[in-house]
Amino acid sequence: MSVFEEIVQQTKAYYCIDCGVCTGSCPVARVNPHFSPRLNVEKSLLQMGGEIVEDRELWSCLTCGTCSSRCPSMVDYQNFVLSSRIEARKAGREGLPTHEGVLKLMMELQTFAFPQARTGWIPEDVKTSPEGEYLYWVGCLPYFGVIFRDDGTHALQTAVNALRILNRLGIEPAVSPEERCCGHDLLWNGDIESFRKLARHNIEMLKKSGVSKVVCSCPEGYRTLKVDYPNLIGDTGVEVIHISQLLAQGIKEGRITFNSLEKKVTYQDPCHLGRLSGIYEEPREVLRHIPGLQLLEMERNRADAICCGTTGWVNCSSYSKEIQSSRLKEAISTGAQILVTSCPKCKIHFKCALLNNDLSIEVKDMLELVVEVI
Amino acid sequence: MSEFEPRIICFACNWCSYPGADLAGVSRIQYPPNARIIRTMCSGRVSPAFVLRAFQQGADGVLVTGCHIGDCHYISGNEKAEENMRLTAELLNLLGIGRDRLRLEWVSAGEGTRFAEVMTSFVEQIKKLGKLELKSI
Repeated sequence: MSVFEEIVQQTKAYYCIDCGVCTGSCPVARVNPHFSPRLNVEKSLLQMGGEIVEDRELWSCLTCGTCSSRCPSMVDYQNFVLSSRIEARKAGREGLPTHEGVLKLMMELQTFAFPQARTGWIPEDVKTSPEGEYLYWVGCLPYFGVIFRDDGTHALQTAVNALRILNRLGIEPAVSPEERCCGHDLLWNGDIESFRKLARHNIEMLKKSGVSKVVCSCPEGYRTLKVDYPNLIGDTGVEVIHISQLLAQGIKEGRITFNSLEKKVTYQDPCHLGRLSGIYEEPREVLRHIPGLQLLEMERNRADAICCGTTGWVNCSSYSKEIQSSRLKEAISTGAQILVTSCPKCKIHFKCALLNNDLSIEVKDMLELVVEVI
Repeated sequence: MSEFEPRIICFACNWCSYPGADLAGVSRIQYPPNARIIRTMCSGRVSPAFVLRAFQQGADGVLVTGCHIGDCHYISGNEKAEENMRLTAELLNLLGIGRDRLRLEWVSAGEGTRFAEVMTSFVEQIKKLGKLELKSI
């Protein structure tokens, strides 16, 4: 059986009825006429896998899952793209890395056993403990903090905020210096070898640390630890929680209260938290419980939310900017003053888009907002 | 066992440092032959990715050289380089490679001697730090 026949089998692409709902739903296809999920599936059914491997638009897919979630035949287009990218990579193809590849290199270099200095950023007033029930998964934030320090993202502040909030909830989490990149971006760019190395290392680290729960503030890290590690590598032995779930629970149990904030906000569902993990309500629960805060929904929300325009640090193009601008316009049209998201990457991408057009809206991380009111 | 000879990548700008290295050569000034010199149009062209890539490919140290501040052929490219390398040094620290394996120096086209001195001292520094082991996790 040829590789693409296998991919067709695994992703149930043979169920495709050629209806075109995927391409009609795709945020990339809307702006990029050369990109069509339907056509890619058709090509693989006609055994033209070679053409997909050579196609540079293969790397333009945002893996946002809108197509798969709407497909009447339940074709798993996300995994179709993933498997195709693994094949394309074997053939020496890859996406065009953004930022001259510094992020990709940063992730790849973490597969070497250098002693990382990952925990130096923790302020003294924040309480962490070497062991316990919870571990806070920091992810790429220290690296983003350095790489994106000029665009006002303050990525590392997100991690500090997360720790402050956990402390307020009565949790003193462990932060492991042994943690490494979760491998999300490498995996979705087809670099399964590096992903396996990192995943095995992290699973071993989690087992050694003796924690039973891992708290993530990044949706991509959350989904990778929760879904991709068990599916592709093996059991992690821990429960993976997104910080918004903990916050929502804390509110319900009355363990945390907020000061008032007179603002109008709208909420961007990150693909990996919403569509791909089903966490829509918890972040909204948190926002709703801030007195004075008015949550205005964008027209396309929850499962219909539009991706922030680029992913995996590849193929960021004028098409990405178009997707971002249209999303920002949608956010502004709700009358909101702040666009709230719970993904550090969404924030980076929207902040970048704001630098390049004349739209004006504040972009904030949910945790940033919460820290302001506790 | 023979002494450890580090592999060094040196980025030299087209207008000052590369001619500086050239002058060291034509003047027959001796300096350790550990570096592979790569010419860039400006030190400001050397992005953090170039440096990380060098380490990924097995370099033990990276030396970035450019025109003295105020002398840049493109007016402020070397100021950009300074900023870029500060950022790169922070990344190297986070990654555990260590900022000591990266150095930024200004060498003008007339400073052949200085180029040799900088190279000698950098090779010494990297020899002290030892080989950068690329051991997989």
